[in-house]
This record gives sequence, C-alpha cells and structure tokens, in this order.
Amino acid sequence: MFNERISMANERILLFNERIQKATIIRRIFMKKPVIQFENYSFQYRSQTAPTLHEINLTIHDGEKVLIVGPSGSGKSTLGHCLNGLVPFSYKGQVSGSLKISGEDAMDLDIFTLSKKVGTVLQDPDGQFIGLTVAEDIAFALENDCAPQKQMFKRIAEVSKMVEMEEYLDSSLHHLSGGQKQRVSLAGVMVDDVEILLFDEPLANLDPATGKYAIELIDRIQRETNKTVVIIEHRLEDVLHCPVDRIIVVDDGRIIGDMTPDELLASPLLEQCSVREPLYVKAAKYAGCKITPDMQPAHPDTFRIDSCKAQLADWFTNVNPPQPRAKTEVVLEVKDITFGYKPGQRTIHDVSFSIEKGEMVSIVGKNGASKSTLSKLICGFEKPSSGRIYYRGQDISGDTIKERAARIGMVMQNPNQMISKQMIYDEVALGLVIRGVPENEIKERVLKTLKICGLYPFRNWPISALSFGQKKRVTIASILVLEPEVLILDEPTAGQDFRHYTEIMEFLVELNRHGVTIIMITHDMHLMLEYTPRAIVMASGRKIADDTAVHVLADATIIKQANLKETSLFELAERAGFGEPKEFVRRFIAYDRGVRQKWQ
Amino acid sequence: MKRNQLSIKTIVAIGIGAAVFVILGRFASIPTGVPNTNFDTSYGFLALMAIIFGPVAGGLIGLIGHALKDAIFYGTPWWSWVVVSGIVGFLIGLAAKKINIESGVFTVKKIILFNVVQIIVQAIGWFVIAPTLDVLIYAEPANKVYLQGAVAGGLNMVTVAVLGTLLLSIYAKSRSQSGSLTKDV
Amino acid sequence: MAVEMLSYIERQSPVHRLTGVTKMICFMIWSSIAMLTYDTRVLIFLFLLSMGVFIVSKVKLKEVAFVLLFILFFLLINNLAIYVFSPQEGVAIYGTSHVLVDIDGGRYSLTLEQLFYQMNVTLKYFTVIPAAILFIVTTNPSEFAASLNRIGVSYRISYAVALALRYIPDIQRDFRTIALSQQARGIDMSRKEKLPKRIKNAASIIIPLILSSLDKIEIISNAMELRGFGKNKKRTWYRARPFQKIDIVTIILFVLILVVSLYITFHDGDRFYNPF
Ligand SMILES: Nc1ncnc2c1ncn2[C@@H]1O[C@H](COP(=O)(O)OP(=O)(O)OP(=O)(O)O)[C@@H](O)[C@H]1O
Ligand SMILES: Nc1ncnc2c1ncn2[C@@H]1O[C@H](COP(=O)(O)OP(=O)(O)OP(=O)(O)O)[C@@H](O)[C@H]1O
Ligand SMILES: [Mg+2]
Ligand SMILES: [Mg+2]
Repeated sequence: MFNERISMANERILLFNERIQKATIIRRIFMKKPVIQFENYSFQYRSQTAPTLHEINLTIHDGEKVLIVGPSGSGKSTLGHCLNGLVPFSYKGQVSGSLKISGEDAMDLDIFTLSKKVGTVLQDPDGQFIGLTVAEDIAFALENDCAPQKQMFKRIAEVSKMVEMEEYLDSSLHHLSGGQKQRVSLAGVMVDDVEILLFDEPLANLDPATGKYAIELIDRIQRETNKTVVIIEHRLEDVLHCPVDRIIVVDDGRIIGDMTPDELLASPLLEQCSVREPLYVKAAKYAGCKITPDMQPAHPDTFRIDSCKAQLADWFTNVNPPQPRAKTEVVLEVKDITFGYKPGQRTIHDVSFSIEKGEMVSIVGKNGASKSTLSKLICGFEKPSSGRIYYRGQDISGDTIKERAARIGMVMQNPNQMISKQMIYDEVALGLVIRGVPENEIKERVLKTLKICGLYPFRNWPISALSFGQKKRVTIASILVLEPEVLILDEPTAGQDFRHYTEIMEFLVELNRHGVTIIMITHDMHLMLEYTPRAIVMASGRKIADDTAVHVLADATIIKQANLKETSLFELAERAGFGEPKEFVRRFIAYDRGVRQKWQ
Repeated sequence: MKRNQLSIKTIVAIGIGAAVFVILGRFASIPTGVPNTNFDTSYGFLALMAIIFGPVAGGLIGLIGHALKDAIFYGTPWWSWVVVSGIVGFLIGLAAKKINIESGVFTVKKIILFNVVQIIVQAIGWFVIAPTLDVLIYAEPANKVYLQGAVAGGLNMVTVAVLGTLLLSIYAKSRSQSGSLTKDV
Repeated sequence: MAVEMLSYIERQSPVHRLTGVTKMICFMIWSSIAMLTYDTRVLIFLFLLSMGVFIVSKVKLKEVAFVLLFILFFLLINNLAIYVFSPQEGVAIYGTSHVLVDIDGGRYSLTLEQLFYQMNVTLKYFTVIPAAILFIVTTNPSEFAASLNRIGVSYRISYAVALALRYIPDIQRDFRTIALSQQARGIDMSRKEKLPKRIKNAASIIIPLILSSLDKIEIISNAMELRGFGKNKKRTWYRARPFQKIDIVTIILFVLILVVSLYITFHDGDRFYNPF
C-alpha cells in the first residue's frame, strides 16, 4: 500500500518535471522582451516622512510568472500600485527613478493606457466589485471601451466559461461564496486583453481547496494566454503548488532577494525576513539537512529527500511528543442551533457542540459553510430560530450583545466593519474607555497590546495610512485589550506575515494558559494543527466533524466535504517512509513551537 | 480629459453618498420626543459630503439620495422636498473652496463660516422653497406646509450644526498632513 | 432590523418587458399629470388605469403591502393635519360653502367643499403611488442606469445612480454590523436612554459608517479607474435593451393621455374641477 503511494508520487514527480522543463523551454524562447523594468525606483507617500519603496531595481520579462513575498507592511501592495498606475495617479507622493512598462515610461502613460496593459485584482475585498450582477461586473471594462452589446455577450460567455462561472451570470454578487467572488474578479480583468495580470493576495480569504483551485486557474490561464503574471501573497507554499519562475523578496521597501524558488528555499533569506517557509522544507531544515537548489525543494513532489531521509528519521525519534491536555469544566455550550437569514431559508442546521474552559478550538470548513454566521450567533449578533446557547451552564439565549460581550470577545472577519475611530490608539482604547477604566491603566494596557500586535511604532497614526494586514491587527488588538474569558477570532491570520502571525498566536497561547478559552475560525490547516488540538468542521451549515485536528486531516471524506487540505508534512512523512505521518506532524509542531518561542 | 467633467472620485462619491444618505435617513433618525419630529442625521452627512466634494456632488447626493429613499421605503418620491435636499446640498457645497477641508485645518473661523452658510441655505430651502413648492404642486394649505417647513428646517439646522461640524472636524483631523507620519519606536 | 424595502421583482409580464426607458418616460408623464391636475375626473381615470396596469404586471399586492400600509397611515395623518390647519381650504378653492356639520358656525365646521378637496388630495396620491411602485418593482436596476443615460442624463451621473442602487444593501448591512460591533464593545443602544445619550450612541454608529464609506469611495474609485471608467465620452451598457414596437406604442399612448388630461384640466383656466 505504501509502496504503491510512493510510486504514484514518483510518477507525479516525473510529470511535474516534464511540465517545468517544457515551461522553461517555452519561456526561454519568448523571454527576450522585458515588460516591467524598475530602475532605481523610489516612492514616498505624501503623508510619510520616509520612502516606502527604496531604490527598486527589478526586471520582469514577457510571459514570466513572478511571486512577490515579504512581511506585512513591507511595501508589496505599494509596488503593485506602481505597476497599475494607482501610484502616483491616485496615491500621491514622490517618485524618483524610472519605471518602464513594455518599453514605455510609466510617467508618460495615463492610467487608462496603463489599465489596458495591467489588469489588477485588488487586495481589499470591499469595493472590488462594481456591477450589480456577475455579468455586469465582468463586462465593466468592455462597457467603458464602448464595445457593442453583441460583442460583449460573446466575450462574457467566453471569459465566464474560462473561470467556470457561466451559470452564475445573473447572480447578484452578494450571494456568491468567497471562492466564486475570486473567480469573478479574475474574469473582470481577463476580459480586457491585458499583457500583465497582477494579483494582490488572491488567496487571503479562500478555503484550502478553493485556494488550490485558484492557483491552478491562474496557472492554466497563464499557460493558455502566455500573459505575464505577478502574484503578491503570504501563503508561499500554496502558491508554489503550481510552478513559478521567480520569487522576489521585499523587506522594508527594498528588494532583498530575486531568484528561482529552488534557490530561495535553499537560502536562509525567508527565515530572516519572517516569511513562512513551506513546512516540508522547514522539517528538513530542522532535521539538519542541508537544502540545495538541485534538491528541487519548490514542490513536495519534486523535493529530493533521499540524501536526508536518515536525518529526518533520526530527528523524528528524538523529538519529544507533545503532552495531552487535562479535562476541565464546560464553558460554552451550543445546543441544536438552527438559523436562517431570511424566513424560510436555513443557513445553519441543528448545530451542537460544547467547549471546555481553557480549550483552543478551530472551526474550519468551506467558504460559505456558515462559520462566521455561527460566531455571530454566539455573540448575539443574530438570533437563532431555535436552539439554546449556554455559558457556564447558564442559558444566555436571552442576553443582550453587551451582556455577552462582557465575557465573549469577537474579532470579525472584515476589519473595516469594526473600526470606528480615526487614530490607532483611540480605536484600541475605545472598549476600555466605555467601561470606565482609569486613564493610566488604559494607557498601560493599550500600549502593551499594541506592542504584542506589532503596532507600537504606529500608535499615533491614523488608521487610514495602514496596510491591510496592519488594519486587521488593530481590530485584534482592540479586542485583546479587553481580556475577555472567551475569545472568538474570525480568520485572525489572514493577510499576516509569519512573524506577526507567530506573535499574535503565541500571545493567544499565553492567554490560553491563563484560562482564556479561544475559538478560531480559520482556513489555515497548519494553524489548526499547530495551535488547536480540537477542530469543528462545518459544511453547508452542518457540523460534519468534531474531533482532534490531526484526525480531521487524516479523514479523506471530511477533507473532501469541507474543502480542506492535508499539509505537505503528511506527504513528506510518507515519502520519507515513516509509518505514522500523523505522529510526524505532531512532533514537528511541538518542535517548531519550541524553536519559535525563542524568537520573542 | 476635459476639466469640467466630473472626476471618477466625485461620481463614486455621489453614488455611495446617496446610498449612505438613504440608509441614514431611514435608520438613523433620532426621535426628539415630540411625535413625528426627528433629528435626521442624513443632513449632517450631506453637509459633510458637500464640503468635501463640492456643490455638484452635494446637490446630486441630496437629490438622488432623497428621491431613492422616498421611492424604496415610502413608495413615491415627495418631489418638493427632494428638490430642496438637492438645493441645500448644492448651496452648502459652494462654501467648499473657502473651507478647504482637505488642508486638514478646521479653525473656529471656518466653523462659524460653515454654520452661517448652512443656516442661511437651510432657511431658504426649508422655510421658503419647500413649502412654496408644496402649495404649488400639491395645493396643500399654506399655513400647514409652512409650519412643517419651519419645524423640519429648524431641526435640520440643529442637526447640521452639531453633527456636521463634528464630522467635519473629525474628517479634517484624519487628513494627515504631508510628511507627518514617522514610525516612533 | 429586517426592514423591508421595495426592490426589483422578477416576473414575466408585458410591463416587465417594456424597456426601462419607456417605463421611465411613462412614469414621468404620469407624475407630471398627477402633479399638475386637480381635476377629479382625470384623477379617477388615472387611478383606474393604474389599477389595470398593476394587474397586468402580475405583481402581487402582498409583495408591496408593507409600503401601502405605511402610505395609508401617512395619508390619514396628512388629512388630519390639513383639516386641523385649514378646515376651510375647500371653501376658499371652490368658492361656495355647503355646511354639513355645524360647529358653532366656526372655523371647524365641516363643509362638503372641504371633504371634496381632501378627497382630491388623497386621490392624487392614489394615482401616483401605484405607478411609482410599479416603476420601482418592474425595472431592473441595472437597466435603469442604461435608461437614464439613454434619455439624456450623462453616463457619469447615470452610473452614480447605479452605484447608489448597488450599494444601498451593502451600506445597510454595514450599518447593522457596525451597530452590533459597537454594542459588543459595551455601548448601550436601548431606547430607554435619555436624548443626549441617545445622540451620542447614534454618533458612535454614524461616524464609523461615514468614515468607512469615505474609504469605500477611495477604493471603488480606484477599482473603477483601473478598469477604465471615464475613458471615453460615451459608454455602452451590457444590460441596455433595444426598443420594441410595444415600447413605441406605449409611449404614444401616454403622450396622448398627457395631452388629453391637461386639456380637460386647464381648458376652463383652472386646475380644479368644480362640481359646486
Ligand atoms: N495611503 C497610504 N498613505 C500613507 N502610507 C501608506 C498608505 N498605504 C500604505 N502606506 C504605508 O506603506 C507601507 C507599506 O504598505 P503596503 O500596503 O504596501 O504593505 P504590504 O506589504 O502590502 O502589507 P500587507 O501584507 O499587510 O498587505 C505601510 O507601512 C503603510 O503604513
Ligand atoms: N448578512 C447576511 N445576509 C444574508 N445572507 C448572508 C449574510 N451573511 C452571510 N450570508 C450567507 O450565509 C452563508 C454563510 O455565510 P458565512 O459568512 O457564515 O460563511 P463562512 O463559513 O464564514 O464563509 P467564509 O469562509 O467565506 O468566510 C453564505 O451562503 C452567505 O451568502
Ligand atoms: Mg498589501
Ligand atoms: Mg467567514
């Protein structure tokens, strides 16, 4: 059985290698023409005292697929804005150096000409969509080009087919799941025959299976149309699911790395600037293997581990397994909850579970499976049509939001809906001010929380000058500072870099050790494995599993039903010939946590 | 691009502004305690938008926003008052250049200017134009509509004076001035 | 806070099949007549006609009942107010006085003229409202913008209207979410609070809503710019629909109604029909 799987994997490796070779050959032929050329390019936002981008030198060739990674706030989105013309047309500031797009100086082009060359999928999920329905949104660029209606119908039919949305053309955009929205925004830039496609964090809100699909879709479209593709993304491992020509590493506004994935993964660069490495690479590094580019670490299927199997096995036996947790009393119990947003419609069907004090639990599942809805029900934002919610055995179904909020804190998925002040400090202090906490105590607690969330240097800034990931951290800080007994976080790590991710998560663990119960909604499988021993799995409004995280990911039917994905560590463990991949994952996590705690 | 065309930003401001006007007018009216009289917060918002985006945006937000609000919640636009919302938005917007809120400074002098303008404009709108149109279009009794105009106008003046001024000063503060942001560790 | 609002109701009916432009023109003709005339005969005719169109449209009364109830209530109040403020308005208009109920021979004596006048006021609303409701629920909002553009409104302003329609549900949802998340931070929203406190609480929702809308304006205008909005002097519309014969027939019919109604109303130099 094992051998069979290994030989299957080997076959996949061969296929994959072939594809890479083909792609490289094709690209080598066409790669003559540079389409994007930054030369000594710097940019400073008008309101800033220091430049956000420093001395950028970067050339991207026709038909290349390039990934940009780097910490949150390092200037990735800003770099993207320079390409599509939002810098300097919409975001004012000072530009120096030169930027050429297909040979023409970007300064001489207006934003319309640029929009014909560069198609952008923006990072912020709000305001991405303009039309009322899917078809209109896709047609938007064509309408602006005065395309005749007949031609529009034809083109929309083609493009929607390409992204597999042809059946939803008349749907309203509100009614789509996260993954479907992503496809619509892709189609919206595809209708225009642009040369360059720019994606700013296309995966941030997608479930693992949909994320994988999105990456495959981008890859397929690129191969079919031979466009230049630039992807900005924190989820490096997920992007590498399909081959990428080059990875650019940005840190603090500078390019500190520009190389092939294999070279990058073999270098210590990612670790230095706190971008998460693919887990299988990390495991090999922990085991003491020396990674070289010709081991082809860019994909778990191609990764040649023969040379370090022995080391991995050694490490595996020497790492201490983690300790199981002791049982405590139940703090939150949800019983037979049913709910629908509209009368007659059912979004949640008979969900029950209970959570013990001091637990850390994940809620995972597909886009649109009702995870966020569930959290809103717990906090009283919505009222269930039937069922009860108990807090320490007491029925709280009748309590107001405010009463519940005194014990249960929630960080919502979309930061824009939580922010109510202009300045970062005031926003974080708000809850304490309302509760009448003395001023000096407020100050102390707020500053401490800002430090934990990596926002201390920005404490006197307006929130409008923050990057997306930074905004999300402000909302986390504003709830953390209240020190609730139960904490619900809706996708706390979406759009965060590894360092902040670790800092926030370790702080949560610290809180957890002091008895705070933590419920996390997440699409990050590794986060689930790493921090939450238990996972509740949702699919189409039903609870389909409630088990240990490791068991959930070992069950193929659950994975399929809930659009989850096993981590690459499983694959590594299998390929290295360990009989118990689950145990390997558990030990890796324990070890990894130990290493990262030393960062702080 | 021609200069006198509306910029994309203004167009979006009109669209989103009208949507916010609708929602505020419907959901965020604060009852005064006297039956059927509310502080209609949407006029505070209208004043803000008029000062930020100018007279054309102000006028159209008032016009479109009010017409849509009446249409989708009450079944039919009450044209005489819709027109006045447009006029009020437009006229307040004429002070936009003088106040120059983008500069980030909103001094006492500007606050006074803003309030003088809004009071004059709303007096014309609610005390004179709205009731006159009511009489002309709907042939309603004059004393009834003038009283209605006086009450609504008075409340709107108070709302704009309180909420409008507050919003403008918040907005001015959020305009960070050039070269003002430094990371201090 | 599930407040109902009127929105497009998809059906297969002749009224739905008319283009947005036609419906818009007809609606404008209709409201102009209703605004100008006080002629009872014309009003009754229009009212009956609008009932007919309503039936043809296959929109069910139940679907718009909430608005109708509201309007009836409003009309009741309005009628009372008119009577309170000007109980002899009808006498002034029609020039005669048939007293029905004598209250000390004073101001508040009920006259036939007043009743007739107030009936006309009410009738005026009754003619406009079904038409307006029909216009809203049978016109696809996407096509509406295209229609505005077709009848001569600049496409930029047409698009602003489209954006408003597109974002009303979004802003309503934001409004609610912000209210909830503010409560979760400990702000009390109950109705029992005193006025100054209530104003302060309202501000704690309104201000974030407005600021986030200002951010939205920025993001949306960026997105539109990136996709080439405003590049040309014109633009085409995906949802625009070509004129059919039935459109032209309908418009001609409405123009005829307009001319006839105005003739009947004004041929004696007075917009009121005087039976006395
Ligand atoms: N509109 C703005 N005005 C002033 N400063 C800004 C503005 N937008 C971004 N910045 C600053 O520029 C820096 C880089 O922001 P950018 O959005 O490019 O980061 P990013 O790498 O995309 O981060 P993330 O991964 O969180 O999206 C941030 O420190 C931010 O404070
Ligand atoms: N305010 C709302 N009104 C009506 N329907 C809604 C509302 N919010 C969510 N829904 C619908 O309820 C379903 C569940 O949505 P929910 O946001 O809970 O999913 P989710 O599991 O959090 O998804 P994601 O992983 O994409 O965040 C979806 O079909 C969604 O369209
Ligand atoms: Mg970014
Ligand atoms: Mg969600």
